[in-house]
Amino acid sequence: MSSQVTTVATPVVRPATERRRIGSLAWHVGALLVLAVVLYPVIWVLGASFKPSKDIIASLDLLPTKPVWANFSGLADGISGISITSFFTNSLMYAGLAVVGVVISSSLTAYAFAKIRFAGRNLLFTLMIGTLLLPYHVLLIPQYVLFRNLGYIDTLVPLVAGKFLATEAFFVFLMVQFMRGLPRELDEAAKLDGCGHLRTYWSIVLPLSRPAIITSAIFTFINAWNDFMGPLIYLNTPSKYTVSLGLMMFRDQEGISNYGSMIAMSLVALVPVVAFFMAFQRYLIDGMATSGLK
Amino acid sequence: MTLVKEAPVRPAGKRSAAPAPGRHGRRRENLAGYLFMSPWIAGFLLLTAGPMIASLYYAFTSYNLFTPPQWVGLDNFTTMFQDPRWQKSVEVTLKYVVVATPLKLLLALGVALLLAQKRRGQALYRAAFYMPSLIGASVSVGFVWRALFSDDAVVDRTQKVFGLDVGGWIGNPDYVLYALVALSIWQFGAPMVIFLAGLKQVPRELYEAAEVDGAGPFRRFWNITLPMISPVLFFNVLLESIHAFQVFGSAYVVSDTRCGPADATLVYTCYLYQKGFKEAQMGFASAMAWTLVIAVALVTAVLFWSQKKWVHYEEAAK
Repeated sequence: MSSQVTTVATPVVRPATERRRIGSLAWHVGALLVLAVVLYPVIWVLGASFKPSKDIIASLDLLPTKPVWANFSGLADGISGISITSFFTNSLMYAGLAVVGVVISSSLTAYAFAKIRFAGRNLLFTLMIGTLLLPYHVLLIPQYVLFRNLGYIDTLVPLVAGKFLATEAFFVFLMVQFMRGLPRELDEAAKLDGCGHLRTYWSIVLPLSRPAIITSAIFTFINAWNDFMGPLIYLNTPSKYTVSLGLMMFRDQEGISNYGSMIAMSLVALVPVVAFFMAFQRYLIDGMATSGLK
Repeated sequence: MTLVKEAPVRPAGKRSAAPAPGRHGRRRENLAGYLFMSPWIAGFLLLTAGPMIASLYYAFTSYNLFTPPQWVGLDNFTTMFQDPRWQKSVEVTLKYVVVATPLKLLLALGVALLLAQKRRGQALYRAAFYMPSLIGASVSVGFVWRALFSDDAVVDRTQKVFGLDVGGWIGNPDYVLYALVALSIWQFGAPMVIFLAGLKQVPRELYEAAEVDGAGPFRRFWNITLPMISPVLFFNVLLESIHAFQVFGSAYVVSDTRCGPADATLVYTCYLYQKGFKEAQMGFASAMAWTLVIAVALVTAVLFWSQKKWVHYEEAAK
């Protein structure tokens, strides 16, 4: 709205446009400054993975003077006999199962909270919200004992069981909020037309809740991909390690000698998360924003 | 949304509240509700409520996983309170929470106020600023942080240019915790997005009226913006401090796997992990976990109690 004012160059208008232009300049300078700080580590890791190992810490240049591929070709050797693809496959499996589990179990639970009037609904809803604030530490040890007694240590079961049982209260909450916002007339009409709850859930509420489901799915994928403590506690065999544990193994076993490859793998590990973010950033940011509002 | 149009129009009022469920219908609704909820109920009983009770029991036992738990009364708690490393972990965690949370929220609010102005590129900035919140918890970023803050690396050398030599970060027990604080602040995007959503809901008329009354930008912020977004501020303070109490990955990855040097980043979770999973002292670790739960519950209670004094809820809204 400011660009058109400049054509009217009467002396009276000038101070206002001048001030507006300075304000706009200050805004952009401020935003760019924050952007530089935010992006620096990301650009740094991009540049560092193309630097020779010895330059990574020592050189202050953000980008390499002469890019080398050695760090990436070094990844082909794997870590202590485990190929890099193994870590990525394991992470993909974990994240994939987590997404399936969260989408199914959270949407079913959310449907019950949002669309079915049953006795005890409010009490259960309060309990569900309560688990949002519960520090997970208190569950760490007893859950470990439970899964150990069941013989599931060193498998993905302890990592994904909770996802299939809707323990991710945040996503249940997100979907409840969304489903409550859907017009009531729709499921009432469905009911009058003889649809049962399963049918209403499957052919009306679920398709309409796509934005909330996409948000939950992407967040779940990213959380599982980044998860470090879960795999650290439950996975013992290097061939079952996820990317997070593979990176830690890199650091502990190869150390300084192969520093460049470790940084290159760090970069590769970030790629899926950043790609998902770029493709779905609207869903993620809107999902975050609505969860904080009501 | 086309579905809305196609939905048959019913005479309003008569049937809109759905057919009144008889006793039979109500029982069927209950059954449907609990069937849909069954995954959650199973999860709640097996993975939340059950484990909580078990862990409360373990807290009063000596338990190493290999022999059955032995009841020891309050022993775990008395040993814990006298344990210098436990005291250290409390100190480190409190320092982290008290320093990182306000700084992160302050930056988040500041940048949100900047981005609340409609200008070109605003959406792009918002997306870029949010990204660290998604990758910040990864081991990858932990390594990057470790590299950036190690001796003679970028941060260290840049600050030396300004004559600020703190003697390194990662290897320096006095400063390594602040490298973690910096990593937390870098992830200001998540609370920022929530602030932005709150700022969007402030009615413009309020500002226009204030401007007519001659209120400057600072007065407008203090008397309009801050009270209007106080529910969002409350939500952010609550969520961010609870998260900060639970920090683990960055302490484990950015410093060293023992959360050193000299226990300088021995956050509470890190000590709990060492006790439980490295030393197999499940009883002691459970006592630690319950102490944390009570501490977090107290903080939450104090926050909820204090909100009467500073959080402004719009009465008309509900």
